[in-house]
Amino acid sequence: MGVMRALSMPAMLLAFGAGWGLNPAWAAGAPATAGSPDAAGPPDADETERAERWKELQHALFGDRQIQDGSAWLGIDAPARALDAALVPVSLTVKGDRAIKGIYLVIDNNPGPLAGHFIFGPQGDPHSLKLRVRVNAYTYMHAVAETRDNQLFAAARFVKAAGGCSAPAGADEQQALQDIGHIKVRLMQPFAAGKTMEAQLMIRHPNFNGMQMNQATRLYTPAMFIRTIDVSYNGAPVMHLDSDISLSSDPVISFGFIPPQKGQLKVLVRDTKDSTFGQSFDVPAPAG
Amino acid sequence: MSHPARMSRREALLAGAGVLWSVAATMRGRAAETALVTEAVAPGIHIRRGVDEDASAANGDAIANIGFIVGRNAVAVIDPGGSLNDGQRLRARIREVTQLPIRFVVLSHVHPDHIFGAGAFEQDRPEFIGHARLPNALAQRGEYYRSGLEAVLGKGKAGPVVVPTRLIVDRGQLDLGDRVLLLTAHPVAHSDCDLSVLDPSSATLLAADLLFVGRVPSLDGRLKGWQSALTSLKSVAASRAVPGHGPVSVNWPSGARDLDRYLDVLLRETRAAVKRGMEISDAVASVGLSERGKWKLFDDYQGHNVTQAFKEVEWE
Repeated sequence: MGVMRALSMPAMLLAFGAGWGLNPAWAAGAPATAGSPDAAGPPDADETERAERWKELQHALFGDRQIQDGSAWLGIDAPARALDAALVPVSLTVKGDRAIKGIYLVIDNNPGPLAGHFIFGPQGDPHSLKLRVRVNAYTYMHAVAETRDNQLFAAARFVKAAGGCSAPAGADEQQALQDIGHIKVRLMQPFAAGKTMEAQLMIRHPNFNGMQMNQATRLYTPAMFIRTIDVSYNGAPVMHLDSDISLSSDPVISFGFIPPQKGQLKVLVRDTKDSTFGQSFDVPAPAG
Repeated sequence: MSHPARMSRREALLAGAGVLWSVAATMRGRAAETALVTEAVAPGIHIRRGVDEDASAANGDAIANIGFIVGRNAVAVIDPGGSLNDGQRLRARIREVTQLPIRFVVLSHVHPDHIFGAGAFEQDRPEFIGHARLPNALAQRGEYYRSGLEAVLGKGKAGPVVVPTRLIVDRGQLDLGDRVLLLTAHPVAHSDCDLSVLDPSSATLLAADLLFVGRVPSLDGRLKGWQSALTSLKSVAASRAVPGHGPVSVNWPSGARDLDRYLDVLLRETRAAVKRGMEISDAVASVGLSERGKWKLFDDYQGHNVTQAFKEVEWE
């Protein structure tokens, strides 16, 4: 009954129905655990394996460094069951006044588990980050915060989604390539000198991760994805992101920055082809 | 399908005339049994109502409205069905109605519930007609759909990926003798490769998935593109339309009213959500709830439709 049970997942049904084309749920093979949509957490039988996976990843990414439980103040949030595995919204939050150097986002069961490493500059505010990622299999996600005194803290979240990495490209693939490098910034609050503003950064980039196959030629669309994003304010660093194949196409990233006075927010994006795309935005945004 | 003509010479020789006769009778009986049920929505236009469900082993992916048009000289299939068996049953039904050659098989767009029956018609050597972007869409997704469908229906039951042999860039015609069908290839709308068919002789529009009635629409293209496709379709000279999902026939253009409203609500409320700075995850939970209860399968598709709309609208 594995298949039939799996079919009770709306996300999977979508794929066949009137028809969402891109449903990724079964791209990577429907997970046998798909049958309990309302279960609160992952099935116990798989927990040992998942814990083992995380242990391996910790070692690979952080060596012998100790990672403490940060769940009291470090938040990682994502839908328990993703509607679109190629676009899973993730929110990372930091409560309190700890001095944070950077945050790692690890998607344990993705082919490239380190989805992103954010490093905050003097003009950055680490309290809230939002991004959208691809998820390839039922997985834990981990946020790992590194404090300025070099301690590591982690928090975890389980997400039910599958196939997001190898899902066929969207209906507007050609359009996406045409628009590559187009950058938009939205400022979500009015300007006040010295006060945190949230900025929503949008980048047109297909972020081909090398896992999308052209089914006719049996060739994979060559990888071409964003490697780094640098944001500065009047020349001072706000945030640096090392990203990888897990970032969704047309990435949207929200972050906080602290403008000491009016000025310019500058964004510089570099992809794996070494193409760079940059743009500057006035703060506050010009009226109209 | 097996057919008396397909029996080997040896089998035929071995079989006595009486046995052969009974075999043929059995075959005819089975063909009649497996033929699916269609309704004549206009003279010569036969449509099978798809069930308002998602694909399952039980329904064999017979979930889309599919059918055929009979002219003086030939038959055109407009969507061959959701699986090989669905296509075979449609073909059996055609043979109950007419022995005219099946010259054309229209593939209205890339989604599996409409086209995986195409393999049943390869024996007829028809022209397979598709949107100019269909080959690329099939290259991207065909095998992915096929293996996914097979996981639902069982091994070997999905049917092959059939690629179009004639592409429609803008407009095209299919001549059935006494009636000429007009094809329109649309810009990105429900999907990126939607083809609609107009039969002027009966003033019937076969809209495929550009028209949903009763079953919640699914957006896999461009919301604003779908709205403009619908606007242009409403102006064609048709008094009835065949939706891709829903009843086999609705009055036209009044039959577009619900879909119009749905797409309008989706666009308006998604825009408002983006404008307020709402996150995509919050928009998914709040946009378009006034439409809930007006559509079957709403909860299964709404979140996805909002996600698609959000990605489109946030770049405005």
